[in-house]
Amino acid sequence: MALRKVRNNIDRIFDKSLTDLIRGIRNNKDNEAKYIAACIDEIKHELRQDSTVVKTNAIEKLSYLQMMGYDISWASFNIIEVMASTKYTEKRIGYLTASQCFHDETDVLMLTTNMMRKDLSSTNMYDAGVALGGLACFDLSSTNMYDAGVALGGLACFVTTDLARDLANDVVTLLSSSRPYIRKRAVLLLYKIFLKYPESLRPTFPRLKEKLEDPDPGVQSAAVNVICELARKNPKNYLSLAPVFFKLMTTSSNNWMLIKIIKLFGALVPLEPRLGKKLLEPLTNLINSTSAMSLLYECINTVIAVLISVSAGTPGDHTASIQLCVQKLGVLIEDSDQNLKYLGLLAMGKILQTHPKAVQAHKDIVLACLDDKDESIRIRALDLLYGMVSKKNIMEIVRKLMSHVDGAEGSNYRDELLSRIIQICSHNNYQYITNFEWYVSVLVELTKVEGTKHGAMIAEQVQDVTVRVQSIRHFAVSQMALLIENAHLLLAGSAQHRSNVSEVLLAAAWICGEYSEHVQNVQSVLESMLKAKVSMMPGHIQSTFVQNIAKLYAVQLSQSEQEDDWDAVESLDNLMLSKLPQFEQTDNLEGQERACTLLEMVREIEKLHAQREKIAADVTALFEGELNPVAAKAQRKVPLPPGLDLDTWINEPPAESSSSESEEEPERKNGPTVRSEFAGFGAPRPFGEEAETKKKYEQPSPDEMKKMRAQRQADIESNPYYVKGDAKATAKRPTKLASRKDSDEKAVEATPLDLQSPLEIPGVVGLNKYMEQQESTLSWKKAKKEKRKKKGKKGRVSSSDDEDLPVVHQVNRADGEMPEGAKSTDDEEEGTKKKNGTGDPYKALDMDLDQPLREDERLPVAQHRVASLDLGHPAGLKSKADKKTKKSKTPKAPKAPKEEKPKKSKKSAKEVVDEPPPPPPPAPTAEPQDDMDFWLSASSAPAPPAAAEEKVSKKKSRSPEKEKKPKKSEKHHGKESKRKQRHSSTRSGEELVENAPHHLAVHDKNEYEVASGVCTPSKQTNGAVEGSATPKKEVSTPTNLPPMTSYHLLAENAFVRMTYETRVSTADANQVASAVIFANVGANEIRQIEFNVLDSLNTKMLRDPAAPQGALKVPFNLPQGVSNEHVFRFAVEAINVPQKLRGTLTFLVETENGSVPEKIDFHLKFPCVSFTVPATIGSDAFSELISSGELEASSSLQFATTDSLNDVVRNLCFHGHFT
Amino acid sequence: MLQFMLLFSRQGKLRLQKWYTAYQDKMKKKITRELVTTILTRKPKMCAFLEYKELKVVYKRYASLYFCCAVEETDNELMCLEVIHRYVELLDKYFGSVCELDIIFNFEKAYFILDEFLLAGEIQETSKKQVLKAIAAQDLLQEEETPQGFFEDHGLG
Repeated sequence: MALRKVRNNIDRIFDKSLTDLIRGIRNNKDNEAKYIAACIDEIKHELRQDSTVVKTNAIEKLSYLQMMGYDISWASFNIIEVMASTKYTEKRIGYLTASQCFHDETDVLMLTTNMMRKDLSSTNMYDAGVALGGLACFDLSSTNMYDAGVALGGLACFVTTDLARDLANDVVTLLSSSRPYIRKRAVLLLYKIFLKYPESLRPTFPRLKEKLEDPDPGVQSAAVNVICELARKNPKNYLSLAPVFFKLMTTSSNNWMLIKIIKLFGALVPLEPRLGKKLLEPLTNLINSTSAMSLLYECINTVIAVLISVSAGTPGDHTASIQLCVQKLGVLIEDSDQNLKYLGLLAMGKILQTHPKAVQAHKDIVLACLDDKDESIRIRALDLLYGMVSKKNIMEIVRKLMSHVDGAEGSNYRDELLSRIIQICSHNNYQYITNFEWYVSVLVELTKVEGTKHGAMIAEQVQDVTVRVQSIRHFAVSQMALLIENAHLLLAGSAQHRSNVSEVLLAAAWICGEYSEHVQNVQSVLESMLKAKVSMMPGHIQSTFVQNIAKLYAVQLSQSEQEDDWDAVESLDNLMLSKLPQFEQTDNLEGQERACTLLEMVREIEKLHAQREKIAADVTALFEGELNPVAAKAQRKVPLPPGLDLDTWINEPPAESSSSESEEEPERKNGPTVRSEFAGFGAPRPFGEEAETKKKYEQPSPDEMKKMRAQRQADIESNPYYVKGDAKATAKRPTKLASRKDSDEKAVEATPLDLQSPLEIPGVVGLNKYMEQQESTLSWKKAKKEKRKKKGKKGRVSSSDDEDLPVVHQVNRADGEMPEGAKSTDDEEEGTKKKNGTGDPYKALDMDLDQPLREDERLPVAQHRVASLDLGHPAGLKSKADKKTKKSKTPKAPKAPKEEKPKKSKKSAKEVVDEPPPPPPPAPTAEPQDDMDFWLSASSAPAPPAAAEEKVSKKKSRSPEKEKKPKKSEKHHGKESKRKQRHSSTRSGEELVENAPHHLAVHDKNEYEVASGVCTPSKQTNGAVEGSATPKKEVSTPTNLPPMTSYHLLAENAFVRMTYETRVSTADANQVASAVIFANVGANEIRQIEFNVLDSLNTKMLRDPAAPQGALKVPFNLPQGVSNEHVFRFAVEAINVPQKLRGTLTFLVETENGSVPEKIDFHLKFPCVSFTVPATIGSDAFSELISSGELEASSSLQFATTDSLNDVVRNLCFHGHFT
Repeated sequence: MLQFMLLFSRQGKLRLQKWYTAYQDKMKKKITRELVTTILTRKPKMCAFLEYKELKVVYKRYASLYFCCAVEETDNELMCLEVIHRYVELLDKYFGSVCELDIIFNFEKAYFILDEFLLAGEIQETSKKQVLKAIAAQDLLQEEETPQGFFEDHGLG
């Protein structure tokens, strides 16, 4: 035996340690895999041994291998064994490995729950610490503080929903640990637990909030971190914490924490512009004083957020702040540190959105960044460019970008540049472009960029510009014609490049065809199109080619026929007939169809030509009409005119209108499908701006069609968006042709250059050449007159006719035509997008933290799993909750009193009177909100301490005033009955909170009346002042009891009993929510409950917008003995006037004899006191205030009392919830 | 919140990885591989920030080691750089002018230090002293255990 032990020990000495393993791996670089396989075998062997030391060693080695990418999930169970070791060394290794390789789907995790719980409660502080570390990766921690710490660290890495739920309570317990180390880790871990187990947030949040004021700075900053994370995801719930953070911000000097706080404010500011104003000054101070760049950057970011929110809301002059930010950012951008440069540009981009002018001052530094070596910086600078661009400098900036395109290595950046150039130029419907010829030249130049992905984008731009800017068409057509004639150059490159850049050909073909009247040499363009290398072009482009060949053919034909040049006509027909068949072979169905149709048409035409018949007029009629830009969504948006039945014949079949048109119609429909927006041109517009549209749709006889055309022409004339431009523009084609001849005479050929690059097309005015031309306008003009020709090249370019074309082109900048009555749907779409947004884990954490805790909201306590099951159903199932309270016998300290209440309330009336009155917090929702208002309205805080003082004094003066009002209102009612009702209502309210509605509800009414001690806070104020009958009892109230809700009786009859509670909405200060509990106290089911109140001037119920006057339907039925709650919202104008609303509840009672309608009237009261706000002044301060005589208002009520002044004051403080 | 932290050498060998959000192993490997290649190809004069999917990656090179962190989009990049720097300082203090080999052979220590500094992706302790104190205390705890455990386990006690 002893011998074996010794032998084992000797074996173990030869075990590999971690160091040996690492050395071994380094020494076996050549056959690493083999070496490691051998090691893993050894490790497996070691894991089978009993000794935990050996196991730990093995696990440690595994964790190293895991980092190298080897799968060690097979050892999960062994890891847990090591985690469970009693030795800290081993535990630490175990947790480390677990945190590295466990994830939320590791199945053995469920085995760790109890072990972790043990570790968390360990006496070794580091045990707990390690456990916490683990949990943090999962999420927990031990009495050795580091045990707990380790467990916490582990948890942080591998929290699963189960672990989070089971261990949440343990972690929360650690929040009150005496050691800051544990508290700190527990706080951080909470965030992970919240994420996995959102139900824990509300019960835990008050504890977390306390930690903001923890004496230990580490714990404090941990709490800030966690709340900051929470708040960034769901800012609105944390608005009420702003004052606390504001104080922290102005007092703390810990930069790490400051950054987090300022970031948190950045998230809150968009919700509350007033907060932004308050922040500006301290932030500006920080910006000026801090030397830490990270803090500076964060401040600037938040100031930007403030400026954005402020600029959206109230006007105000914040130029100073903007200037400061921009100036600081300018410094960052100019810094030699690339990181600062990058961030400076990033932040500058945010300012740009709201204050573009401020940024423009830094145009030069931004432009300089375009030359930076670092691509990410260049791209950031590009982001900013569109804000720098103006009409004056756009040419300069684009020229700079173009030169970058040439120099750019890496096609990604080049493409990025390309798309940016286009974005800048097309920004806001070409806002900055004054010279469209220049822009077309830019676009043409861009087609030369090799390997671009943006061919389609360029094509779209060319088309768009040509359609929108009438005066550019001539120039554009000439350029596009050149592109067509040199298509083989564009199609030269690789297949991929070809498919991208050939999109440009599509645009070119379409433009040449559509604006064929501008084409100089129709014959040559037509030939080039017919002779194009069909096989090299994608099908959809071929299809466009066919269509536009037809257009050009029509033009050429009419020209030849006019001249009676039958030879030309014949050769044209022959050309078509010989070349078109190749298009019939295309793989694009659309293209095939078009080619076949066209070919057949030409054959027919040829037959007619053989008889010397002129047919050109008919052919050109095919393509008559003008295209306008149509909004992308227009087609979808065409409203169906009332009375239009799409299924009936518009005209009886035989009575068809002009035969030629109807024949051509189908052809046209699949005609210029270049861009869907253009479909249906020439045809009567599918929608009309005229009021008579409807009629026309009903009976559009040919006559009316004509009228419509005329009408449309008139519309065009009166439409401000429609470009009327010069005579050329509005004229129909024939006139255009005529005018074209004029311009032809002036036209000159450009000096064709020799091929420079494979993509250089002779004659195409690239950007550089265009600029050259511009610069030497004089010589250029002379050149025109000379009409030089060079080398017999066909490339003829009509230059910019400077005399004819205004420098400022008129642009149709409208978004495009939209049918009448169609609304822009941008907003809707955004809305749906948001809704469709993928499941956000943080959504679950979006909950109102100011609402009082419900009875059923608590962390599951480990020993009572049964109770925790109820947590699956948070609110609704109230009846279950009663049982639950009995079951959970080990509630946490602060909750204890709450749980005792149910029992107490069942005691006899007298006992109840003796009970200490229940806790104050009345409508806690109201408090933070109002508190915020005070805090925010405190005129933009001078210095923080002063602000605080001001805050206090404001409250002082306001609160008594408020107190007074309800008293007055009370006088209107009979006091006696009033008090009775009050008691009964509070009593019943309690019951409902306790979730034992029906049995108790039937109890004798007398019982309620005596329960005078159990006043709700809002009523307590009145009670104390009016009656002062039971002051002593009330004074003895314990102050730190948990929040409870206070329901008042609203109305009651044999069937239903309504109780309500008033809550001030956190979302809107001017809203009040009234939560009404409907309890069915009768023996029958109640259905179709409708709730209605008569609005007063001051208070209005928020109803369904669809039915602004009617009753609100309560969305549930009440079976016998069931109660349910529904919240009604009210908009309140002035909160300093007590409100009383009359209302009616109607419902159907389901009896054996059918349903009987019933109704019940009620008065809904909103006393001012429900809006009162707690202030943080002591009772002494309050008494001082009262005696100082500085109050704006004083109570008019007097009563005799034997109590000392102090007692009375204390009473007042308590009942008005001013602690 | 920090999403993960990676340490890797100039040769692209991973030296340390800490994930603060759960990813599948495959995903982890993919992210690591992609980031390592991207970062290694970046030139020294380039800025230290990358946009990677929906994250921002912040990296910094110290001697032969790259420290790389991923943070959320709204996080402060400069603070992240400071986190990295603080971690390096801590390593330096602990090992005494740290080098890559220290981290290779004592990788568990490097993890322990990281765990004391960051927890669940948040800064746990901003004071260097406090972190080192906690580490020292835990090391002491281990030392106290070891001799006793060693003799016991080896049958010599």
